[in-house]
Amino acid sequence: MSVDVLTPELANSTLARANPVAKLAAALCITLTLLLSVDWVSASVALACELCLVPLLGVRPLTLVRRTWPLAAAAVVAAYSTALLGAKTGPVWLQLGPAVFTQGSVLTGIAIGLRGLAIALPGVFLLFSTDPTDLADGLAQKLRLPARFVLGALAGMRLVGLLVDEWRTLGLARRARGVGTGHNPVARFKAFMGQSFALLVQAIRRATRLAVAMEARGFGVMIDGRPAPRTWARESSFSRLDFWVAAGGVAIAALAVGAAVVLRTWNVVWG
Amino acid sequence: MPASAPAGVRARGWGWRHAGRKAFAVSGLDLEIAPGERVLLLGASGAGKSTLLHALAGVLGAAEEGEERGELTVDGVPAPTARGRAGLVLQDPDSQIAMARVGDEVAFGCENLAVPRGEIWPRVHRALDDVGLDIPLDRSTAALSGGQKQRLALAGILAMEPGLVLLDEPTANLDPEGVQEVREAVRRSLDRTGATLVVVEHRVSVWAELVDRVVVLDSGGGLLADGPPEQVLVDGDVRRRLAGAGVWVPGWHPLTGEAASQPLRTGRPQREGELLAAEALAVGRSPKAGPVVGGIDLVLREGHSASVTGPNGAGKSTLALTLAGLLPAVGGRLEALPPLARGAGKNPARWRSSELVSRIGTVFQEPEHQFLTPRVLDELEFGPRRVARRPEKEVRLLVDGLLQRLRLDRLAEANPFTLSGGEKRRLSVATMLATTPRLLVLDEPTFGQDALTWAELVRLLAELLEQGTSLVSVTHDEDFTAALSDSIYRVEGGRAARVGAAA
Repeated sequence: MSVDVLTPELANSTLARANPVAKLAAALCITLTLLLSVDWVSASVALACELCLVPLLGVRPLTLVRRTWPLAAAAVVAAYSTALLGAKTGPVWLQLGPAVFTQGSVLTGIAIGLRGLAIALPGVFLLFSTDPTDLADGLAQKLRLPARFVLGALAGMRLVGLLVDEWRTLGLARRARGVGTGHNPVARFKAFMGQSFALLVQAIRRATRLAVAMEARGFGVMIDGRPAPRTWARESSFSRLDFWVAAGGVAIAALAVGAAVVLRTWNVVWG
Repeated sequence: MPASAPAGVRARGWGWRHAGRKAFAVSGLDLEIAPGERVLLLGASGAGKSTLLHALAGVLGAAEEGEERGELTVDGVPAPTARGRAGLVLQDPDSQIAMARVGDEVAFGCENLAVPRGEIWPRVHRALDDVGLDIPLDRSTAALSGGQKQRLALAGILAMEPGLVLLDEPTANLDPEGVQEVREAVRRSLDRTGATLVVVEHRVSVWAELVDRVVVLDSGGGLLADGPPEQVLVDGDVRRRLAGAGVWVPGWHPLTGEAASQPLRTGRPQREGELLAAEALAVGRSPKAGPVVGGIDLVLREGHSASVTGPNGAGKSTLALTLAGLLPAVGGRLEALPPLARGAGKNPARWRSSELVSRIGTVFQEPEHQFLTPRVLDELEFGPRRVARRPEKEVRLLVDGLLQRLRLDRLAEANPFTLSGGEKRRLSVATMLATTPRLLVLDEPTFGQDALTWAELVRLLAELLEQGTSLVSVTHDEDFTAALSDSIYRVEGGRAARVGAAA
């Protein structure tokens, strides 16, 4: 059974009903704004707002934690390393041999960790509430991205699921030939590289065959140097909900910046 | 003329040479197919059947991808410009589906032809109806069986309402139920639309009664035979030439020709040494995922051949991979007995791969999955030299023997990936034999093989059995089972039961 990356089981939530383009716009708005500044106020305001919106996702908080814990772990690691290695300003809070944590480095560390989470969450929202086919429809119909590119990428994603399977089969097939279960790390690495190359070969073969099959169904045909006209079986449309989703994104970004400016923590990265 | 009227095909001195090849894949072809005709296209592998089909579908590519001679038209216009007149279904179910959901997949071709949205969905429903796929439009395409995927691919082209339906070995990768499903879907849809059909397939019996004309391409260019099936397929001379080209001619057995087939293995020595024993064995892809098949009891003896059959997805391959020591048992007991284990421990799944290759060999369904080197010779030497570390003299002897015996000697310097399907199959079996395992596990060894490769493989396996090697074969192929099996296990609904022995 191949791993199904293209038809995720989405909860029938408010966000799932919104147009992916609106969700993408809201997520980009928050993410880009947070990238501007490293400070704990804007990051925590955005993160707090995002957490308040989790119910709109229709996913139980526990499920969300279980499926996104690597992000949280990465944020903790980033925070810790910044606190350990960042500029040592302000009073010393803790000293363990050569490891020194000062007020300045710890606060920057917390800001980095919160910011990482606040930036990642909109992406998680998008991922958990969006069917890739709907996203492709939206990108091509609403944003007028080229259909060749969008649908090509979508079809390519289907192959990713197949390749996960293929990787497993390749591993077994190569063990049967006597490759790669030794304990020598160099040999294991070589075996891994060999298997990766074999997967690449299979991926190219499949992609070539898929391209022929799609072309045979009239996909990607050019007439006089321009893409042939194409219709869409599924209409990507905006509703009032999408207005609120986009407005929500702008509001969160504005609130985060506003709070940071008022509390004088706004700290532009390149300033 | 409405888009759905049957299309006519006309070739005049047509030929095509792929860029980078010296010889023409097809040359000097003169052929006229009337609208509505149903044609079975035959020929030896390499005779250019697929090339012709791709050309008719307009996907052979532009001038830089090859050289064209003569003319090939669909409804009087050159094939590449007859957009949407022809629809092509290919062999591999997994690499011709573009979309994630069933409905979208069928709609895809219509969208590309700019059919108005209001017209698309009625077409989608009718196409799914034609191929007998009664499943929700939002079902994931990844969740379908092989036969369903091929019917979906057919529905995808039917929705485009082509006048010419082109099928390139659409059933080669399917189990018998899948083959029947697809054939009936083709019959039903052609009966309704009246479209012209050209199908390539080397298992003639699948299509013989559905088509009204058989065209045989000559490897040397032009046609070898052309006429109604009841004429072409009974002509003794044509039959012999087709069989000689590896085509599965109805009533012609690859081993015995026109004579009735006989089991290959009569009066073989009875050996009693037990190699592998399973008791209440449960198998699964991983211990976490739980068992797929359980309660398996079997004993494999020296020189014994067991076949494992059953519907697709029932867990046959999982069982085979477990017996082969590639997957750990998820329940029960699997024990390698001393004649097989030879001091390597009782559980094959815990053997090092170097221990495994000289005890159990596994031939995977897709030969390319097992190729490790860029040269046939290196491929054969890999096991005995680098894994089993046999002495150099022995390696030479083994490898030279295999090259000769499997007729790979002329190909010793070739890249395994460039071989033909039959050559790849022979090589993948040879690489496993190079480390002289006592037990050989084969997953669908005859899938998609022509009759010549089939006969060669069956003879070779029969020889190995005589020498005491044991075989476990996962197979749908009844001819194969009849020729070689001592016992047959059927895997279905989570159980495996011994259903008998071949004559």
